[in-house]
Amino acid sequence: MRKILVLTISLVLATGLASGLALAAKEKAKEAKKEAFKYEDPIGVVKIKPGQPIHIAYWFVVAGPDASLGTDTKRGVEIAIQDKGGKLLGHSIKFTGQDTGCNAEGGQAAATKLASDPTIVAAIGSNCSSEARPGAPILWKAGIPTVSPSNTAPYLTDPKRGPEYEGYLRTAHNDKVQGAVAAEFAVKKLGVTKAATIHDGSVYAEQLQAVFAETFKKLGGTITAQEAVAPTDTDMRPVLTKIATGKPEFIYYPIFIAAGGHITRQVKEVAGLEKVYLMGADGMFSPDFYKAAGEAAVGMFHSSPDFSAFAAGYKDFLDKHQKKYGEKPLAPFHAHAYDAAMMVFAAIEKVAKKAPDGTLYIGRKALRDALYATKNFKGITGTLSCDQYGDCADPRIAVYQTTEENVKKLVMPDKPFWKPY
Amino acid sequence: MSEAVKDPVGGPETASGPPPGLQRRHGEGMLRKLLERFTATDLIMWLIGGGILTLILAGSAATLSAGKYTIKHWIDFMVFGLAQGSIYALIALGYTMVYGVLRMINFAHSEVFMSGPYTAYFVAAFFHRSGLLESHPVLSMFMVLLVSMAASTLVAYLLERIAYRPLRGAPRLVPLITAIGASFFLQYTFRGLYGSGFQAYPVVKALERQWDILGIRVLGFQVVVIAAAALMMGALYFFVQKTKMGKALRAVSEDKESAALMGIDVDRMISMTFIIGGMAAGAAGVLYALMFKQVHFFMGFIPGIKAFTAAVLGGIGNIPGAMLGGIFLGFIESLGPSLFLDGLGIVAPYQLKDAIAFTMLVLVLIFRPTGILGERLAVKKA
Repeated sequence: MRKILVLTISLVLATGLASGLALAAKEKAKEAKKEAFKYEDPIGVVKIKPGQPIHIAYWFVVAGPDASLGTDTKRGVEIAIQDKGGKLLGHSIKFTGQDTGCNAEGGQAAATKLASDPTIVAAIGSNCSSEARPGAPILWKAGIPTVSPSNTAPYLTDPKRGPEYEGYLRTAHNDKVQGAVAAEFAVKKLGVTKAATIHDGSVYAEQLQAVFAETFKKLGGTITAQEAVAPTDTDMRPVLTKIATGKPEFIYYPIFIAAGGHITRQVKEVAGLEKVYLMGADGMFSPDFYKAAGEAAVGMFHSSPDFSAFAAGYKDFLDKHQKKYGEKPLAPFHAHAYDAAMMVFAAIEKVAKKAPDGTLYIGRKALRDALYATKNFKGITGTLSCDQYGDCADPRIAVYQTTEENVKKLVMPDKPFWKPY
Repeated sequence: MSEAVKDPVGGPETASGPPPGLQRRHGEGMLRKLLERFTATDLIMWLIGGGILTLILAGSAATLSAGKYTIKHWIDFMVFGLAQGSIYALIALGYTMVYGVLRMINFAHSEVFMSGPYTAYFVAAFFHRSGLLESHPVLSMFMVLLVSMAASTLVAYLLERIAYRPLRGAPRLVPLITAIGASFFLQYTFRGLYGSGFQAYPVVKALERQWDILGIRVLGFQVVVIAAAALMMGALYFFVQKTKMGKALRAVSEDKESAALMGIDVDRMISMTFIIGGMAAGAAGVLYALMFKQVHFFMGFIPGIKAFTAAVLGGIGNIPGAMLGGIFLGFIESLGPSLFLDGLGIVAPYQLKDAIAFTMLVLVLIFRPTGILGERLAVKKA
């Protein structure tokens, strides 16, 4: 009995030793291989084995009332992937993502989900600036750089933004430009002297109206009111009545579709505002806005990227878009999304190294640095050059006016009404 | 000391009542009882309530003395508030009636409200395309109203039959959670059916006119909204108070078992409650669509929460209370930011509209824990 026991124990020990030895040998062999190919990165390295895809993620608002913004940008990225033939450095491109809901909570949730996936190389997003504020630091903590095609709030690329935003870049314009163009338009083209603004508490709208008010005052105008509503509000008549007491000639409300539609519809019902000029921004420059606002949108102004100043490639893009989705773009940022994706692809191509066994190594810090080093990149929105805070856009903003034809056919105007340059 | 002073004054009156000694002992007992009942919590609550009230009064005084708004503005604010409040009131009826009968909060009621106008949108859009809305506005709006009420009623009825009836007699938390689940289910069912985007209600030209009533400028649809809501609330009140079925409803609400013993079909009465609530919500939905001209699958959420607040404000379970609560809430939302926040120097006060509505709820509940009209009912059912 005891003999058997001793025998078994020794047998077990022997096998254990043997396997241990074998393991050590394997490790050694691996190390030898590693020595031949070295790739290090202070934050981390993404290793992609042959046959595995390169994983790019989006975090866009693809559901709910502001879904047109996210769908539009998502399609931009999809066309960029299609133009690459779906392949990068011999690997296929995997494109997945999360919905962000156009609010801070949604952005935080989406970024947390993306950050937990170690296969993600880079992200494209977010759409609304409120999402990026909590979301971008979460992604960068996980070493994922993100390029936004449609965040425009100045804060995100402000010198004071803090190191947690170091992985953040954008191909969209900074609202320091957009707000100033709107104010110049009001003063120089329309000749108004009294204006009121409304924001919805979002980072985007709050900062955009602040830039507008500042520029408007600098140009000699008076701001009669700077009001705010909640994005879920429906009854805007009381706040508009309050604004009417200041007798403005111009109301600037750079907010989103739902609340913006209610304001547009209700303005003309308020005594004293029947003849006021209305102006919104790129956040509601979408056929969905015409659905929400109806005929009340006729004659209203929007500031938005100047499509006529885009590079030659834009026409091609529109043809591909029409062929692939059977309709015109839904919002203004599809081209910026295309450029963001192309910028990410170019940076990956620059930093990725192939090991002898075919595994692709991408350093996270190296990728971020390569993105920030983007200079004179020929995109379809213009020539992109990133500054040290991640502003890469070539900003050309124009003002558009909505006609009856636009509302009836639910298409955005394609010829600018006024340009600052 | 004070007792000694008080006694001679009370003396002559007590001649016919109990002897003075007894009365004094009785008074002391009352005082002690009062002191016992008056806890630190009460003190803090009253301080908070008093603080809010002082702020409101100070703010209002500052605004009124600044003279930024004319009488015309205030009247405009009140008309806006009345129109919005009537819609809250109609939705609140559904919450309050279900609570009165079943003691449960039907959180899916906001989806009952959404289902009507969203379904009726397709009818309205069809009338708009065919030109019927232009040529026969009254007839076509009536049809839209009927479709909306029918859809909401159907949803409310099925909700009760499928989601709530099997759970009757279960602990109170179970139907509550079911209601929340049903709310999500309905929301996303309608999203699947009709899509996640906005739909814009066609504009009824006949209602876009402005009327001058006694020098007050009123918009056409505001008149329709307020008049229709008043009419429906009147009809409902008549139904519950004066008809035989209304009497049965009230009996079920007071005591289900006794009502069943008296030969009332309790299940039928509960279905009836949901049907009436659904009809009111469907009508409110069309009025909402007339006012805001937009529908989407999530539209019920905020009005639902507000209407629930209105129902609690007026005293949940009490029908006139829900009407009063709704209109009170509409007024507060419309007038409040300009009236007292403006005076307190708060920037962009309309952002705080919702905060004001809920602060008012807290204020009312501090001073009247059962709601504005809720007292009688709470005593009876406690």
